[in-house]
Amino acid sequence: MSSDGGVRRFEHGSRVPGWDRPADLTKDPAEIPDPALVTVPAELRREIEQRMALYPDARSAALPALAAAQRVHGWCSPEAIEQVACVMRLTPAYLASVATFYDMFDTEPAPRHRVYVCTNISCSLRGADRLHAALSKAAEGDPDVYVRSFECLGACDIAPMASVDGVYVGPLEEGDIPRLLEDLRSGAPVLPDRQLVRRQVADPRARGEHPSPEPEPQRNPR
Amino acid sequence: MSDLLLFKDIDEPGLSTLAVYEARGGYASLRRALEMTPEAVLAELESSEIRGRGGAGFEMGKKISFLPKGSDIEKYLVCNADESEPGTFKDRELMQKTPHTLIEGIIIAAWAAGVTRSFIYIRGEYELQADVLDAAIDEARAAGYLGEQILGSEHTLSLVLHRGAGAYICGEETGLLDSLEGKRGNPRLKPPFPANQGLYQGPTLINNVETLSTVPTIIEMGGAQYAKLGVERSTGTKLVSVSGHVQRPGNYEIELGIPAREIIYGLAGGPEDGRTVKCWFPGGSSSPVLTGEDLDIAYDFDTLATAGTMLGSGAIIVVDDETPILDVALKVAKFYRHESCGKCSPCREGTNWTVKMLERIERGEATPMDLDIMASVQEHIMGNCLCVLGDAMAMPISSLIKKFRAEFEEHIERVREPQLAPVLGGAH
Repeated sequence: MSSDGGVRRFEHGSRVPGWDRPADLTKDPAEIPDPALVTVPAELRREIEQRMALYPDARSAALPALAAAQRVHGWCSPEAIEQVACVMRLTPAYLASVATFYDMFDTEPAPRHRVYVCTNISCSLRGADRLHAALSKAAEGDPDVYVRSFECLGACDIAPMASVDGVYVGPLEEGDIPRLLEDLRSGAPVLPDRQLVRRQVADPRARGEHPSPEPEPQRNPR
Repeated sequence: MSDLLLFKDIDEPGLSTLAVYEARGGYASLRRALEMTPEAVLAELESSEIRGRGGAGFEMGKKISFLPKGSDIEKYLVCNADESEPGTFKDRELMQKTPHTLIEGIIIAAWAAGVTRSFIYIRGEYELQADVLDAAIDEARAAGYLGEQILGSEHTLSLVLHRGAGAYICGEETGLLDSLEGKRGNPRLKPPFPANQGLYQGPTLINNVETLSTVPTIIEMGGAQYAKLGVERSTGTKLVSVSGHVQRPGNYEIELGIPAREIIYGLAGGPEDGRTVKCWFPGGSSSPVLTGEDLDIAYDFDTLATAGTMLGSGAIIVVDDETPILDVALKVAKFYRHESCGKCSPCREGTNWTVKMLERIERGEATPMDLDIMASVQEHIMGNCLCVLGDAMAMPISSLIKKFRAEFEEHIERVREPQLAPVLGGAH
């Protein structure tokens, strides 16, 4: 037994953050929130209800609903989860169990801008770990930027790469970091010349015939 | 080399819009398919002998034929667009640049399988591709390709794009189904297989993006003609994603059965000058590795299976001779540890202990005997879990231990010596 009363175990790589925190056994489990007591932003309610109508079983909307709530609240806060639970008629505990399973849902307060640096095998072979360390250092102390390493983002052709608020950029060098952060802070499209959207397919037989015009760079959605 | 099928005109400006896609002959295959009976469409798909492009390589036509016939029970089609196998990025290219090919393929496959509700489960990280697909689905619906009585036929189909939220396991078909039902993406016990009990407990056909995107081509060419491409039991063309230590990483469309050297060196340019291929993953990081001596192997399903590995998702990851093999093993093992859903003990614990043992080797605290223990851990994972995530780590790790044992042992000795020196040499 550890000093705080919880049973301490080895860190075993579980996907569930906080799994080893002792539960408060004196607390009653939260029930499905009472619609009369929970205020849900009208826009969020409309979006969740629209999603629920798309599926034979409305519960299928849990992921899109949590994503919508995260966009409104900045993270899957207890308040955000309660609002989704209220509209979807599910318990907050159920939704919390779902939210903690997926890497893109933040169950801790998260800064506004999310920078996912892919550090999986293909990117790390091309220097992604160094890039991640340098980027984390450069963004240190900025309360708005959240840099984390991420599993394969499916863009090994532009390795090493990062997803900056959902916009894929690469290949990145350490020298690109100041410009990346500057674009992010100013709200400009991030590194327009390095965005995936402008990249042609690698197969030489598929390219060349269509000198494609420069596509519009993706704008930072947040 | 054959003509391009999937990558033909892929970079044509505006191909993601309905107007350009139709001008290029898009949706002609759908019109043709709807004039045929579902049985005739299925017969074409069966005679094409196309094998699934997602990883398992199961014949698509056979999969459809496993679905119960008749329209009295609701059946579903789910397109697996959760492309998360490390090293794989071919579906991304297809969805972003020619989303209507996928949509057309889904409508035709649904007709063959008697399905009226379909879903695309796309990984949450692919925001650009999801936006492109959403717009394309809206266009297709407005043009009457989706909805009731498509193009005046008996075929009715709805299509919903569902975005995931970041979990490798949701690429596993039953994990994907649970996730699509709004749950944690835990894999289910099989059997029952999704063809009998899948989404909402109904019969469900699950296919990869590339497989479904090939369907319009098969209808256009005819199944028998398509089957002439490639080699026996590996028909057609395949997109390969080449990454890692090559000079021109990216997606290439190849005819199955060509030598791997032609892909790695011919198309992707091979490692930088002066370096050689130490090892390569032929089908994503879950596949057992091959070495630089295996480069002349034919790249098709059965030849790779005979060589003890797999074609998987068609993702070739090349590692050059300057990379320590321990780093590769650690990277791979850590990924699967993170992504294990935790439902089955052999996978949850096995991935964790493998990482711990590799870290012990890295720190110089291991003995060569630990390599045997680690290899036995891999054996205890394989075949003992609900899904193959554990196997997906066990296969490459055991192949790395087997093929590069000398390098592991050399590392163990080299790192251990300085630590032991003061003990052996006494105090100075």
